[in-house]
Amino acid sequence: MTGYIIRRLLLAVPVLLGIVLVVFTLVRLIPGDPCRAALGERATDEICDAYMTRRGLDQPIPVQFVRYLGELARLDLGDSFRQGRPVTEMLIEKLPVTIELSLAALTFALLVGIPLGIISAYWHNSSADVGTMIVANIGVSMPVFWLGLMLQYVFAVLLKDTVFALPPSGRLTAGVTIDPLYVTWGWEVDGFVKGVLDFISNMHILNALLTFKWEVLHDALKHLLLPAIALGTIPMAIIARMTRSSLLEVMGLDYIRTARAKGLREWGVIMRHGLRNAMLPVATVIGLQFGILLAGAVLTETIFGLSGIGRTLYDAITGRDYRVVEGFTLVIALLFVAINLLVDLSYAYLDPRVRLD
Amino acid sequence: MQETTTAEGLSALNEAFERPPSSLWRDALRHLVRKRSAVVGMFILSILLFIAIFHPLLATHDPNLPMLDVPEEVAMGVRKRTPPCIHAFGCPEDQPQHILGLDGNVRDLYSRMLYGAKWSLLIGFTTMGFAIVIGTVLGAIGGYAGGWLDNLIMRFMDVLLAFPSLILAIAIVSVLGPGLINALLAIGIVYIPVYARIVRASVLSVRETDYVEADRALGVGPGRLLFHRILPNALTPLIVQGTLGIATAILDAAALSFLGLGAQPPMPEWGSMLGAERNQVFSAPHLVFFPGIAIMLTVLGFNLLGDGLRDALDPRLNQ
Repeated sequence: MTGYIIRRLLLAVPVLLGIVLVVFTLVRLIPGDPCRAALGERATDEICDAYMTRRGLDQPIPVQFVRYLGELARLDLGDSFRQGRPVTEMLIEKLPVTIELSLAALTFALLVGIPLGIISAYWHNSSADVGTMIVANIGVSMPVFWLGLMLQYVFAVLLKDTVFALPPSGRLTAGVTIDPLYVTWGWEVDGFVKGVLDFISNMHILNALLTFKWEVLHDALKHLLLPAIALGTIPMAIIARMTRSSLLEVMGLDYIRTARAKGLREWGVIMRHGLRNAMLPVATVIGLQFGILLAGAVLTETIFGLSGIGRTLYDAITGRDYRVVEGFTLVIALLFVAINLLVDLSYAYLDPRVRLD
Repeated sequence: MQETTTAEGLSALNEAFERPPSSLWRDALRHLVRKRSAVVGMFILSILLFIAIFHPLLATHDPNLPMLDVPEEVAMGVRKRTPPCIHAFGCPEDQPQHILGLDGNVRDLYSRMLYGAKWSLLIGFTTMGFAIVIGTVLGAIGGYAGGWLDNLIMRFMDVLLAFPSLILAIAIVSVLGPGLINALLAIGIVYIPVYARIVRASVLSVRETDYVEADRALGVGPGRLLFHRILPNALTPLIVQGTLGIATAILDAAALSFLGLGAQPPMPEWGSMLGAERNQVFSAPHLVFFPGIAIMLTVLGFNLLGDGLRDALDPRLNQ
């Protein structure tokens, strides 16, 4: 197992290097110069020359690339051109927003998608099945940004004065704040530990849970609900369809008949014998949703006014902020590799016949 | 007694031989029309195609004409972002009739929506056509040549696949500059790896078969091999993946236009119409609602048809 993990991580290195190279070249091909994008159209040539020299942008691109690799080897992602602060600091601030959003969306997708799939497979060809599959088909066809806007309209305008009213944007109501964990707990920290704690603190829900701030938790959850539904609908629909077809296939097998013949209760047959074996393709699909979640995050974050990596990356690409684009895409690619590895490892857990070596 | 049975058997056998062989495509079509969801998909797409062809006849107004330039409308006190008004459904006669209302530039939303159908179909077909052609060429070269060239191509495809598609498309559009053509190119590039992989796999599986060996011994060139031996084998997955791919391409193109990177105003493209009015969702929801429904139905049509095709073309499922 350990050998397998190490081999997989080594195999990922060339792909990651390729990604660094592609992104590095791609951002430098973006027309317009980073100096005027950052300082404005009226920056003089002298100012811009100095700006480019200070950031090493006057060097030939191969030289810049080698330097960048050197910085990466020291785990330094450089400074944002536009904001003048380390990219790592921006990641600590933005990544938790997207992780929280994606996890909430995935939770919604699983909690709704898997039961829908089971219902539809169990009452195969019934009206419940047809209805569920209509919902699933519409779900995968829905533009994320449209669903988000419609949810805002329904829950923030139509249901405004009812108990179902939900805030249309932001992470917390104005006036509600939450301190980093080390402030609440009165710890004196700096450097790496502070970075890690900042990262965790920025996941407001986890932070509120750890510090027992129920008011904040309630508020953060209310704000997260609509974006999570908007982002989670496509994955939900895909998971429902996958669970249905996979479970249908498994429920026709001999050992299901054996389990029924033994006199097991139907519920036990489905959950213990059927679903567990049907989860293998579902796990693959869940892993693949990560890409959809991240792409959808750009749109969801734009609509719901959240400042996560999707929105920041979009701003950085259009604003020619090279270092931020490079750093953020590299982290996204790393997450991709890690998630795919986790999915493959989960096979061994879900199906003991699968040997990883 | 036994003789009659033999005769019966023989005649049945003869009948079976005389029946025209059922081809893959005729079988597929038969299975397709038997599937309800596929029929719904084809129904949605035929309506869309009808609108895309006849939109100039169906439209009530010029899609880019502000109503403030029309004297009769101005006389009736036309205002921007008025909700739908249909006289037959009880809208006062003294208000100008606009089936889906007016947008922020006082243009007729219904007419703009009809023109959008054309763009939506064009976007879907051109991006997927581009991705399929380039992907096929790259996949065929990789699978046929093998060795370092294959490795180089496929590793590059891996790199492309390692990005979330929309983020890669945004990056490519930034390089090329915003605009519909560039957005289409970007989406096309993003989906190349899918088709390259399909064709490469098919090349690898066919390359070692006896009939290809025989062709090669007879001196058949690689071009003929590609078109007569390899592509027919890859056609089924290409068609299925292509139909489903059109659905994703339309969604991605709409998303790029929504972000302002695709179709530029005043082009009546659904995604950019939605993006232009997204801040008005609380005051004029109809401007967001209708383009979104249109995108959803189009994508749904392609998804249903693609699923139907997959089932119809898979011989294992037809038993």
